[in-house]
Amino acid sequence: MGVETKPAHVMMENKAEATKEKKPVTNKIKLGHVHMSGCTGCLVSIADNNLGLIKILDDYADLVYCLTLADVRHIPEMDVALVEGSVCIQDHESVEDIKETRKKSKIVVALGSCACYGNITRFSRGGQHNQPQHESFLPIGDLIDVDVYIPGCPPSPELIRNVAVMAYLLLEGNEDQKALAGKYLKPLMDLAKRGTTGCFCDLMNDVINQGLCMGCGTCAASCPVRAITLEFGKPQGERDLCIKCGSCYGACPRSFFNLDVISEFENINEIIAGALKEGESND
Amino acid sequence: MIEDPYLGKYITCVSARSTDKEILKKAQDGGIATTLMVYALEEGIIDGTIVAGEGDKPWQPKPEVAMTREDILKARGTRYSISPQISWLKEATRSFGLDKVGITGVCCQMQAVRKAQLYPINMRDVPGKVAFTVGLFCMENFPYKSMQSIVEDHAAQSLGSVKKMEITKGKFWVYTERGNVATVPLKDTHKYEQPGCHVCLDYVSNLADISTGSVGSPDGWSTVFIRTKVGNEIWSKAVAAGLFETKPIEEVKPGLDLLRKLAKEKIDKNQKTVEERKTFGVNKGLRNPYA
Repeated sequence: MGVETKPAHVMMENKAEATKEKKPVTNKIKLGHVHMSGCTGCLVSIADNNLGLIKILDDYADLVYCLTLADVRHIPEMDVALVEGSVCIQDHESVEDIKETRKKSKIVVALGSCACYGNITRFSRGGQHNQPQHESFLPIGDLIDVDVYIPGCPPSPELIRNVAVMAYLLLEGNEDQKALAGKYLKPLMDLAKRGTTGCFCDLMNDVINQGLCMGCGTCAASCPVRAITLEFGKPQGERDLCIKCGSCYGACPRSFFNLDVISEFENINEIIAGALKEGESND
Repeated sequence: MIEDPYLGKYITCVSARSTDKEILKKAQDGGIATTLMVYALEEGIIDGTIVAGEGDKPWQPKPEVAMTREDILKARGTRYSISPQISWLKEATRSFGLDKVGITGVCCQMQAVRKAQLYPINMRDVPGKVAFTVGLFCMENFPYKSMQSIVEDHAAQSLGSVKKMEITKGKFWVYTERGNVATVPLKDTHKYEQPGCHVCLDYVSNLADISTGSVGSPDGWSTVFIRTKVGNEIWSKAVAAGLFETKPIEEVKPGLDLLRKLAKEKIDKNQKTVEERKTFGVNKGLRNPYA
């Protein structure tokens, strides 16, 4: 068996080498996926970029850490760490891992609502075999500084893709690209500074009560549990259904609306589509 | 590409009117939005579109996903109340199974669509499935109960008997089925406006593929901005197919000057509101979504 497969294996390596020479990719960023207490739905969302993910891994980023997809045991140095899940503070290893992640990463991204806001893990009361004492789960921002939030349950593949491309441009792009990426990422960095709790109540406190709601209905569309309806042209939340994912607030055009970036939607969509076009290298 | 601080980016601007007599019968002005969406549907550019359909109460708009010409035609004409169009944006790609979604809406709703495309927070599949957007000019909007107060208390007409409503020439106009015409000066309607409209910095749907409204064109015609590549392609094909009569905007009265004047009025006023919010309390301000 070994004799038969070996030549093919060698040939594949040669082929890979040949491709590498044709378009040398020297400035790929180091990307990692750190798995805390989450359901792996966020990782599935990364994978749901399909060929887009392959393109990202071919040209822009090496996946240097990912318990599910890469055979690396210990957290290495990373440019961008995508952290999925909240941290169980009774689990010593998780606490060490999240601190290690901060120490070894240039940019820490809270991927998905559990990492950002606790989300469904907020409702944990422990009592599960075989670690019934594991009852307290905190969003990563309660333990370390977080640079960027990607809220959502699960976060949409397209937002993960956009952030990945923009992070690459921020770290490896030319001056214009760096400026654009910085502007694009700013609201997601502001969300990270804003806090570690998310709820339908954010719409009440920071949008409706602030006289900003214009009843467009975006919140209702973004709610993963369909807890939001519109009454008198304004959102009304079924608060017992709310899973504290913070999506409605993040999606709301009146939570943040960076006119200078969003007005460039046509160009930015083209830049991202261009970056992910198959068979073409960006450099 | 023309870039105007108040009218946004656009490729061309014309005055136009639909040639579809059935659409014009109940259209607000030139029937542009309805005709474009019907055309996009029939050409397979979209496979369904979110429109403001008929709600449970008279003149109450309700967002609907329309997948036939008949359904789109039901949404003809302006209802001066809030229709949360974007609430169906994700569902259109799911329960309705649409791959190419059309959306008609006002300025803030076009902003919501573009934000959902660039920052799709829990908006899986939305960014790539928005195929065509038609934006409407919008000065402000009224909650349903506000519109009821204007029509029933100020204009003294029963909502159920109203045939058409219109805001033009400084007045809110109410036309009834029996031929009655009542007006309310806009200075009396201002207090009923939706508060969230007062921080809106867009009058002519700058972020739509194509935007349209009555201001700037003669009665029965609409002003049309073609803004994006998508919009330009659809507009060119629709005009070539004979769906619209068009006139250069420079040749019609009152023309772009009036539009620019009103856009400036709205945006400057609202920009001032955004500024004033910063010092609303004592050493405390209200939140600024644009910061």
